[in-house]
Amino acid sequence: MPAEILLELKGVGRSFDVSRPWLNRVLEGEGRRSLRAVDDVSFAIRRGETLALVGESGCGKSTVARLIVGLYAPSQGKIEFEGNDLADPASAPLRRRMQMIFQDPYASLNPRWRVRDIVAEPIVVQGLAQSRAELTARVGELLTQVGLAPEDGEKYPHEFSGGQRQRVSIARALSSNPEFLVCDEPTSALDVSVQAQILNLMKDLQQRLGLTYLFISHNLAVVGHIATRVGVMYLGRLVEVADANDLFVRPRHPYTRMLIDAIPDLEMSGKARTPVAGEVPNPLSPPPGCTFNPRCPHANDRCRQERPLRLEVRGGRSVACHAVEEGRLLEGAASAFAG
Amino acid sequence: MTALLEVRNLRVEFPTRRGRLVAVDDLSFEIAPGEVLGVVGESGAGKSLTGMAIIGLLEPPGRIAAGEILLEGERIDNLPPESMRRIRGKRIGAIFQDPLTSLNPLFTIGEQLIETVQAHLGLDDRKARVRAIELLAEVGIPAPDARIDNYPHHFSGGMRQRVVIALALCARPRLIVADEPTTALDVSIQAQIIELLKKLARENGAAVMLITHDMGVIAETADRVAVLYAGRLAEIGPVKEIIHAPRHPYTSGLMSSIPKLGDRRKSLAQIDGAMPRLTAIPRGCAFNPRCPSRFERCMAERPSPMDAGTNQAACWLYAR
Repeated sequence: MPAEILLELKGVGRSFDVSRPWLNRVLEGEGRRSLRAVDDVSFAIRRGETLALVGESGCGKSTVARLIVGLYAPSQGKIEFEGNDLADPASAPLRRRMQMIFQDPYASLNPRWRVRDIVAEPIVVQGLAQSRAELTARVGELLTQVGLAPEDGEKYPHEFSGGQRQRVSIARALSSNPEFLVCDEPTSALDVSVQAQILNLMKDLQQRLGLTYLFISHNLAVVGHIATRVGVMYLGRLVEVADANDLFVRPRHPYTRMLIDAIPDLEMSGKARTPVAGEVPNPLSPPPGCTFNPRCPHANDRCRQERPLRLEVRGGRSVACHAVEEGRLLEGAASAFAG
Repeated sequence: MTALLEVRNLRVEFPTRRGRLVAVDDLSFEIAPGEVLGVVGESGAGKSLTGMAIIGLLEPPGRIAAGEILLEGERIDNLPPESMRRIRGKRIGAIFQDPLTSLNPLFTIGEQLIETVQAHLGLDDRKARVRAIELLAEVGIPAPDARIDNYPHHFSGGMRQRVVIALALCARPRLIVADEPTTALDVSIQAQIIELLKKLARENGAAVMLITHDMGVIAETADRVAVLYAGRLAEIGPVKEIIHAPRHPYTSGLMSSIPKLGDRRKSLAQIDGAMPRLTAIPRGCAFNPRCPSRFERCMAERPSPMDAGTNQAACWLYAR
């Protein structure tokens, strides 16, 4: 039974102007240059699920997060929240129902503010508390909810460890009762044992409060643990979207296979990690056709000329790959890729 | 087999206004030639400081307060800075986390490599350049004779880390201290760098001390693993044993808190609490406030590493 769609991206793109200064352009006869950080990305997030976006650095996953919460405006396409276009000024109140958790808990909390003020700020800004007493009670409740004590509100951020600071960030994000949280690498700055605490907390909160998450990460094992569905990005494009269970067992896109094969093997089954050839190309001059073609072992002439569209395969999965579409690339376990 | 590097009862201290902070406390281990020793622990466990103490680059006021460091049987912890400088680069190579800050942005890759080659091997300009090109080829940089005249900003992160490795290896050091060499890199590039490090260690018969918080990297690279907690050695043993049969309760907790692919448990095992700050290390075993199997002795007496099967664990559970 498909749940109601909470947020949908329709052909969203974002370019950044990276031209050289005006004088250089005039003297050297150069034109303007722009970098396409996100290119024609479409996906939908259903209420109550966790959609994860994965990819290497520079693939545009954080830009997507910032586009959704409105820190950037899309250059193309539109973003809809419950069917309302977020670019429409009338949709402004909808933004209150989404919040963001950032990667670095050391940089995202104001060091000069007490934690109670940090957590209270969204409540005050949005006028959600009627009295001082109500505000204090709400902040205490939020801190308890994320595993801190109400008395911790008197402290400053530097008195907390990285994991506790990320708990404060989560409490702040939850303070305006959002339904949708955008989490940009929330555990990457944390040690593994602390990461486990934060991931467990996020799963627990999702269940208790019925939250919907967009979870951005470069760590596939973390994504495999927390996500219901996963989108894989490469050079600004979404190359594969699938259920988390399915994606890790049967990756279809050659890039997804490569990423899964590149995960260090803790089980030490003796399987050699497939060293991946090449690196991500310069996003200023992406290769024509499929952007993955220079690194892809299955690339042919069509891949070098024609850009693949993301096509539905089956079971709610979609892949942007000519080889998959033509049936040249058979379904198989990730390790089959090594051969 | 004699150890190439021996660290005995190392203690690193930071004097502060409120007394001395002990960042590395009574740490002993050794590394054999051709062996890769992984050093893991959470941030603040003292793993990088141990590496810095070995290469003689502890930032003052940090200092080695006790213990000995022996390289091929010779003490190196009490050498004057000038002699230590000659050992560094020649007999000990260092690779740091951030490949961008390890290279000088104002000089070409070639100038930096040639300078290092000449400092250690005393070759003339032409031979040094040939050697530098060979080194770049060795670490897998395509078209090394063209790329040698590029500046660091022309290189991607993975390529820069290769250059840093080439710099560290140019004098064929006996010991390589690699501090988080792959942390700043994407997974697909990580695999390439690890493969390269392993191959070079094997071919040169060098010992490698690999400092990282990434157990996946350790599992693929290390022969033995040392687990640090609050500046102390919690456990040391062969990599398979540490991962599959950890003896110390901290190591077990650490291992089960790592999310694994294909393991879709509802929640991850977690160790509650956090590592103590250096100002507030509890009496007895440093792990006791978080330990599920603590008993009275753990609260009172500090355990030294003791035999626990193939491993050594600093835990009273293994006292005889």
